[in-house]
Amino acid sequence: MVIARKVETEKLPGLIERPVARLGLAYVWVAYIAFGLAALAGMVQGMVRGGILELPSWTNYYQILTAHGVLMALIFTTFFIVGFLLTGVARTTGGSLPSTALRCGWAGWILMVVGTLMAVVTILRNEASVLYTFYAPLKASPYFYIGTALLVVGSWFGGFAIFASYSKWKREHKGEVSPLFVFMSVTTFVMWIIATLPVAVEVIFQLIPWSLGLSPTINIMLSRTLFWFFGHPLVYFWLMPAYIAWYVCLPRVIGGHVFSDSLSRLAFILLLLFSIPVGFHHQLMEPGISAGWKMIHVTLTLIVVIPSLMTAFSIFAVFETTGRKKGGVGLFGWLKKLPWTDVRFFAPFVGMLFFIPGGAGGIINASNQMNAVVHNTLWVTGHFHITVGAAVALTFFGVSFWLIPVLTGRTLTRTANRMGMVQTVFWAVGMFLMSFAMHFMGLQGAPRRTDYTTYMDHPTALGWMDYQRMMAFGGGLLFVAAILLILILLYLTFKAPKGYMEYPIGETEQEQQIPGILERWPVWVGLIAFLIVMAYGYPIMELLQHPAPGSPPFKTW
Amino acid sequence: MHLHKYEKIWLMLGGGALALFIVLLCVNAFAMGMAPPSDMEMIDPAEVTKTPPFDNPGLKQVGEKEYDAYMTAFAFGFSPTKMEVPVGSTVNFHVTSPDVVHGFQIPGTNVNFMVMPGHINSATHTFDKPGEYLIICNEYCGAGHQVMATTIIVK
Repeated sequence: MVIARKVETEKLPGLIERPVARLGLAYVWVAYIAFGLAALAGMVQGMVRGGILELPSWTNYYQILTAHGVLMALIFTTFFIVGFLLTGVARTTGGSLPSTALRCGWAGWILMVVGTLMAVVTILRNEASVLYTFYAPLKASPYFYIGTALLVVGSWFGGFAIFASYSKWKREHKGEVSPLFVFMSVTTFVMWIIATLPVAVEVIFQLIPWSLGLSPTINIMLSRTLFWFFGHPLVYFWLMPAYIAWYVCLPRVIGGHVFSDSLSRLAFILLLLFSIPVGFHHQLMEPGISAGWKMIHVTLTLIVVIPSLMTAFSIFAVFETTGRKKGGVGLFGWLKKLPWTDVRFFAPFVGMLFFIPGGAGGIINASNQMNAVVHNTLWVTGHFHITVGAAVALTFFGVSFWLIPVLTGRTLTRTANRMGMVQTVFWAVGMFLMSFAMHFMGLQGAPRRTDYTTYMDHPTALGWMDYQRMMAFGGGLLFVAAILLILILLYLTFKAPKGYMEYPIGETEQEQQIPGILERWPVWVGLIAFLIVMAYGYPIMELLQHPAPGSPPFKTW
Repeated sequence: MHLHKYEKIWLMLGGGALALFIVLLCVNAFAMGMAPPSDMEMIDPAEVTKTPPFDNPGLKQVGEKEYDAYMTAFAFGFSPTKMEVPVGSTVNFHVTSPDVVHGFQIPGTNVNFMVMPGHINSATHTFDKPGEYLIICNEYCGAGHQVMATTIIVK
């Protein structure tokens, strides 16, 4: 006979139960270990490209570049996102996670850590200098591909944990509208699981057998198409959690209210629909895809302007109404009333400022023939450093400054807050200098993903050198900011005084009517399936029926 | 769902600008012939050096001031290594790869496309100014990627 036992679980002052806090900390700290290593690799890379540093013979630029890309773009982001969303879902559903969700959460963590170690070891052994896009027919060690597959599958378990909490909440609150944080987390993971299916297919059915020598050749265009089917939604997977912090957490941080619950949900549904059927805009300069199909994807890509404008409006409306309530008058008087010295607000706000040129640059990248000017140049590197490297990263830093104290039962002290402000400024200035130089050089044609070179002292390439040094200088500042960040987070984890730290969750000012359709998932999943079949069905069928001659593996490094 | 009046205006302006932008892109691509390089021709990457015209890469004059440049991009170089055309020439580049994925870019022009094994990709450019134009690989292709370049001289 099973005896039901009531387990006394202790809640931390920030309204999170200890088991959830432990899980959250485990995710967040793996994220920041990866971040620290990635920042070091990034700094070295910038110095090498800037002509300031020469690498010893036991390593090379592309190995370090692979490490930077994989650790920063795949490991840091994914671990942080799963950790952040799991704790937020717990916070908004009563402070705990059901035991299934906790088990899924830990299973995912273990799979992701094992996958990460496999990928990192193969990179360190120089068996996987294929960059984080791992384009065939460059062939890495099979363990690199298996590692990435484990990372992806592990992240699904993070999603299952969120779905389990959501369905338990639904059962216990029949007819009620789910908390906004939970709804947005579920949307993010529905998107993520659909988007990662094709890359899982690419890795499991194409890359692994081919790298093991079981299949002699690989269909290059199919592998790239499956990769970019995933590659663009990947950037929304970074962005949507940052949007959650902007929509749900920031209003509370500044002492205001969520602008509109239903509009926030609608924006997320639009992001869900239009993040996936758009991958060809990364393949605009490639042969084997007709101009017409490229245009269809470009059009679907640009629709993301609508939820982006909705987000910009909502966020600034919250800032203005809150500032006015605090006594701000005149056209811009409310700006003065915002909490500029609170890093929990300041860091994400600076991130938002970066996102304005980031979004504009994104429109240029996605615009068909305009892409020819910037494709594979440093412009693109500059673009994703101000979007994911500034807007998303600064938001994650801002979240970490309160999330880690919440999870450790400590508080963000005034000094730590001030150090956070300094850190934000260093990161922002470094990112500005580096990405400005990158954008500028990109327009002149300087290629991305390229070791230091003068192309036999060609005058065109020599003209880039000053900007390459500026880029390296920015990278140096970013590294200083990264070290400072890790020190602050260590302090918040182990040393800061115990006490109450709020997990900021905003609410609307009045009860709002939410259209039920927004939570009818079969409708949205059906719509995405339709859009995907429309955008990808015919091109993928063509790739399978009339493939180009396949490619054998190459190891050219 | 309630929409604030200002939000309606904001979204209508944004949506309108977006629609106009997409129409312009379509006109640009399809009516003015400025679609991105999307060559559909295929080739066996193992047979590139035996398949004409890539068995003998180089410039072929096809008009008074027009040339076809058949080129191969490989780890880590381009063939042919030397090309020269008179000022005002239009050059149609056709490029393929016998090994990994490469890029083909002429900084300062709009020539920029991917070179894939199994496919031929193409772009056209008219060189109105004299000079030695740099041609570089802009897709990571291995340890020597940074030296993969050639030039085209316009006299």
